[in-house]
Amino acid sequence: MSFPVESNPRFADYAHPGAIVSTQWVAENLGKPGLVLVECNEDILLYSTGHIEGAVKVDWHTELNHPDTRDYIDGEQMATLLSSKGISREDTIVIYGDKSNWWATYAMWVFKLFGHEDIRIMDGGRSKWIEEGRELTKEVPARAATNYPVVTRDDSTIRAFKDDVLDHFGKPMIDVRSPLEYTGEKLHMPDYPNEGASRGGHIPTARSVPWSKAVNEDQTFKTIEELNQIYRVDAGISDSSDVIAYCRIGERSSHTWFVLKYLMGIPKVRNYDGSWTEWGSTVRVPIVKGEEPGVVPVGF
Amino acid sequence: MSTTKGAQEIVEAFQEVPLNVKLELLLEYSEALPALPERYQDHPELLERVEECQSPVYLFVEVDAETTVHIFLTAPDEAPTTKGFASLLQLALDQEKAETVLAFDENFVDALGITELVSPLRIRGLQGMLMRIKRQVKEKML
Repeated sequence: MSFPVESNPRFADYAHPGAIVSTQWVAENLGKPGLVLVECNEDILLYSTGHIEGAVKVDWHTELNHPDTRDYIDGEQMATLLSSKGISREDTIVIYGDKSNWWATYAMWVFKLFGHEDIRIMDGGRSKWIEEGRELTKEVPARAATNYPVVTRDDSTIRAFKDDVLDHFGKPMIDVRSPLEYTGEKLHMPDYPNEGASRGGHIPTARSVPWSKAVNEDQTFKTIEELNQIYRVDAGISDSSDVIAYCRIGERSSHTWFVLKYLMGIPKVRNYDGSWTEWGSTVRVPIVKGEEPGVVPVGF
Repeated sequence: MSTTKGAQEIVEAFQEVPLNVKLELLLEYSEALPALPERYQDHPELLERVEECQSPVYLFVEVDAETTVHIFLTAPDEAPTTKGFASLLQLALDQEKAETVLAFDENFVDALGITELVSPLRIRGLQGMLMRIKRQVKEKML
């Protein structure tokens, strides 16, 4: 790693304290060579209203998603993208964003599909930086283009597909959406359109652990003791678990993926990016409604 | 399906500029969304939440005795895209007759040429706002 792990008692007990930095650390290291700040937001205009000095924008929708197929860009496209942003393979990337870092962790997850080594999330995200009264600028940095290598995307380690989920009933699976989406009520409000899936409910045997349980009010991550209580004690996950997390399109479950893998150190955690918009619209896959996880379906 | 003078002006403004400037234009519109009048600022319970938007967007529609529609929308500064969409609808539909609003083209956003830049959920958010405006107008015409 080009930058030492932040020495911060808040992060010391996390399994991988090198995957997270504080706003203070970012402020102290701004502009240093080898460090690239990346802002990734749900709202595509937010970066233009002001961002941390030197931060480059990555747009999850127009830059990370494949333009035609529902998939991510390939190794060549990623090399072109990161080269144009002035990011090198050896750089330390610090990602932050709006919405409690949903899209920051999503961008990290996509970057990790290509094996970028040193990526860290700024705890508390964009809103914490602003609440602390730290400066924003509208100036877009002019970083010199780099020559990021072409790396083949690895879909086998941290990404789950629908067929993986069909083989996963009864094993640890976490639905990180809101309780109403889990029970299936949210698609059934009268006179209102649904959220992009044709059926409501959840994947059989998936436990409901909304992503928001992992964060404090200021959007920073909870302590390891609190996370252990939520995921190990209450949800029954252990270091030997093979976990799949999902939400609507994989953004909120990237947040939980980050918590489980980097803060808690669970070795095998996959994000099902097809998530409910695929599962809830797929013909003949089983769905459970209501508050109970449900039983392992027969015949699948 | 009908359009309005306000909507035509918006469409022309978007069609005149290249793709990368369209986002700047939307940002300018977002900054132009008027603040809520005091009678709604003090009574948030009167406003309807637009559930289709992931950001907290609220709206209220008044229809006066001449069946002229008055639209009030609010969206947070942290959601400039949503706020921009709210502003577009406000400019397109405020002060129009109820029958014009009810017949307004639901695919108005397609003509702006920004759908490839904005995620489908955002577009649904805008359509959700429009649908709720129309529903409120309908309810208030009864």
